Amino acid sequence: MNAPERRDITRRALAIGAATGIYGISFGVLSVAAGLSPAQTCAMSLLVFTGASQFATVGVIAAGGSAAAALAPALLLAARNGVYGLSLVPVLRGRLASRALQAQLVIDESTAMARAQDPAAAHHAFLATGLSVFLFWNLGTLAGAIAGSGLGDPRRLGLDAMFPAAFLALLAPQLRRPGAPVAAIAGALLATALVPFTQVGVPILFSAFGVIPGLIVLRRAQVVA
Amino acid sequence: MSWTALLALAAGAYVLKAVGPVLVGNRQLPADVTQALELLSVPLVAALVAVRTLDGGGKLVLDARVPALAVAAVLVWRKAPFPVVLIAAAATAALLRL
Repeated sequence: MNAPERRDITRRALAIGAATGIYGISFGVLSVAAGLSPAQTCAMSLLVFTGASQFATVGVIAAGGSAAAALAPALLLAARNGVYGLSLVPVLRGRLASRALQAQLVIDESTAMARAQDPAAAHHAFLATGLSVFLFWNLGTLAGAIAGSGLGDPRRLGLDAMFPAAFLALLAPQLRRPGAPVAAIAGALLATALVPFTQVGVPILFSAFGVIPGLIVLRRAQVVA
Repeated sequence: MSWTALLALAAGAYVLKAVGPVLVGNRQLPADVTQALELLSVPLVAALVAVRTLDGGGKLVLDARVPALAVAAVLVWRKAPFPVVLIAAAATAALLRL
């Protein structure tokens, strides 16, 4: 990885982080509105640090549910980070303490960025994205928790449309590998089909099974080669 | 929400994240397992594209995010810089919602 490549990755990481920061603000606002203290709101972004689970938790509590009732869907949502962590095993090497610290950064954005790079650049991409999202998400949360409901709906600015666009840009370079297009289509279809029937996050978790048709195609390509 | 519940959630979320990096960690994995793990992120990221475009709070909706994603797809295909892709997607959705 040369210096311009490294800078380009860092720039992308900052762009993703900044977009996430806006959602951090809305999380802070919603969490305080649901009755959590600003300290708890910030602690959640620092310690739980996985957006979907945090939104689900404050959503259940705002709707009058108990914290215990919020725990199961929140952890179900976080389960996909377990799959991400497994997919990052080849990227995250090193001493136990360093791996244990970096595990906190295993989320949608850092995984997608790491896997979109060549193996030599994957770790830099993971770390830059993870740290950038961590920084902006927590700053956003703090701002939202303090400022309350001053900010409007981020959807009005089209910010929700940034995320699928970002993931598509990160997916594209991965599609050149044999089996990858099949795995991508299978994963997207599986997740889409599950959206109406499951909690948020579950469709992403189950989309992992899309790897099976992908591997079949990959094996076949290798046999032919 | 009690601090106990909050810390339980944090602990659970962390354990899930740490399974791969901490438990599997530096162990040398068989080649076909590594290959499967490398391909694993593809369906997950593709699913993120689909769900973040079509999920309208537990049901499928076609809204301004769909044309925004189409614009993004063209720009990705034309190898536009990453921030340009993000801004064009947001601008498309915002304009359609005016």
